[in-house]
Amino acid sequence: MSDHRFQPETLAIHAGQIPDAATGARALPIYQTTSFVFDSAEHAASLFNLATFGNVYSRLSNPTVAALEERVAALEGGRAGLASASGMASEAMALMTLLQQGDHVVAAGALYGGSVSMLAVNLKKLGIDTTFVDAASVEAFAAAMQPNTRAVFAESLGNPSLQLLDIAAVAEVAHAHGVPMIVDNTVPSPFLCNPIRFGADIVVHSATKYLAGHGTTLGGVMVESGQFPWDNGKFPGMTEPSVGYHGVKFFETFGDFGFTMRARMETLRVYGAALSPMSAWQILQGTETLHVRMERHCRNALAVAQFLRSHPRVSWVNYPGLPDHPQHALVAKQMRVVDGVPGASGLLAFGVQGGLAAGVKFIEAAQFMSHLANIGDTRTLIIHPASTTHRQLDDAQQRAAGVLPDMVRMSVGIEHIDDILWDIDQALSKAGE
Amino acid sequence: MTDDISTLRRILRDCRTIAVVGLSPEWHRPSHFAAKYLQAHGYRVIPVNPRCAEILGERCYPDLLEIPESVDMVDVFRRTDDVLAVAHQAIEIKARCLWQQLGVVNLEADRLAREAGMDSVMNRCVKIEHARLFGGLHWAGVNTRVISATRPH
Repeated sequence: MSDHRFQPETLAIHAGQIPDAATGARALPIYQTTSFVFDSAEHAASLFNLATFGNVYSRLSNPTVAALEERVAALEGGRAGLASASGMASEAMALMTLLQQGDHVVAAGALYGGSVSMLAVNLKKLGIDTTFVDAASVEAFAAAMQPNTRAVFAESLGNPSLQLLDIAAVAEVAHAHGVPMIVDNTVPSPFLCNPIRFGADIVVHSATKYLAGHGTTLGGVMVESGQFPWDNGKFPGMTEPSVGYHGVKFFETFGDFGFTMRARMETLRVYGAALSPMSAWQILQGTETLHVRMERHCRNALAVAQFLRSHPRVSWVNYPGLPDHPQHALVAKQMRVVDGVPGASGLLAFGVQGGLAAGVKFIEAAQFMSHLANIGDTRTLIIHPASTTHRQLDDAQQRAAGVLPDMVRMSVGIEHIDDILWDIDQALSKAGE
Repeated sequence: MTDDISTLRRILRDCRTIAVVGLSPEWHRPSHFAAKYLQAHGYRVIPVNPRCAEILGERCYPDLLEIPESVDMVDVFRRTDDVLAVAHQAIEIKARCLWQQLGVVNLEADRLAREAGMDSVMNRCVKIEHARLFGGLHWAGVNTRVISATRPH
């Protein structure tokens, strides 16, 4: 006999949260407490030695935060999750647990700017080098691997490049070198894509985006697949007694969730980027409707892409959900089907005729589409990268980063599609005046 | 073999006396960790190890047949090849469950145990499964796969 296999729609609502043992509360209680009492000195010792599982202090673990960790782990089809204060913090938890001075990372070049900074500036400062490669070239990943490479890092769907990663092919490159593949899966969300299915070993999320969906709360989650062979000789920190925590051998003691335990006890505990229970609760209010929202985001974004493509004031449209997108076969392979076509999430980019000045005018003419830097909100969000996020770069540098002068990035929300198209149309008219 | 949540829960609820075959006296060995955890959660642990007289405060027996009281579960920390002999003894002493630890998978022993009307679990750690199904592991962010509208008990 085997257990029933629950679908993501059910996991988004139930995983990680059964009625409260103490009170029977059906909705998730907020355990707003820093600390948890020990039953005895022996119980305390046993918890500190990790011989028994339980809560000690909310910087390490908290029952409300644990519900979010297990829910995202379940949605990703992973073995265990670790939440932290933001998506950037989760990325840091994964990389700083994995890497040490002298190590090397191979990363996709067109990453979210914050991720580029972490690798190229912050980790570089600690003696960890990164080679950035073209995310679309599996050969470039393979060519950049070095004897001291200890991780491959990329986004499943790039932001703002909207470039898809061939997860299986790049994971194969990583595994051939005995190192884990880390995938930032923020843009598709675990409803549309599960990188672990294609060979990823660690998945990171900014839960601030689609997982929460409401644009109110920062948070991040790292998920471990439970399938990486940490005893392959390249990761003594997983197999040797931990200098950072009581001499525990994390892989021998915890097996397929050893990396998550090590990230929790060695990295989160020390750097302190813990997620607050209140934030975990707020994020989970959104996660319960993830599947309903993502379907609508995909449907609206496809309709917007088709509308823009036929609009006389638009010079080009980039949306991976369009059937003639150059990577459409990969979209079909890696993304969940929504309305009979591959769901490509809510991000798209397009060019306003008239260049930089027209792009700026378009943004300023929008009535309810919000001009801000977030993505994955229920609201439609727009930004003109050349005049905001990338304005410190000159024209050539912007083009190298994939930012064209006329480019508008849109995170299509779940308002009524007719209203979204109306606002786009009237703003395009004003941009052309 | 058995691997579903409701059966594993029933086994872990009903089996209160657990003979741990191959229990090590060394504190850092996985068998010692697991047995200590079981004791802390109210189980009676009976060590089976011919090289020791006493482990974790309990008298140690050379094999299952020497244990003078009834045993509910036989938890096996031995190489896969050694499990068959343990299974024969487990059937003889009328244990209710044969549990082969993480990494231990003897299909013949599994078949014998089931034919004798016993529950049979393979390639699972009794400590991790207890923590998974009765709460503790959830606090470590692990995907327990438990989906339920009733309280844990």
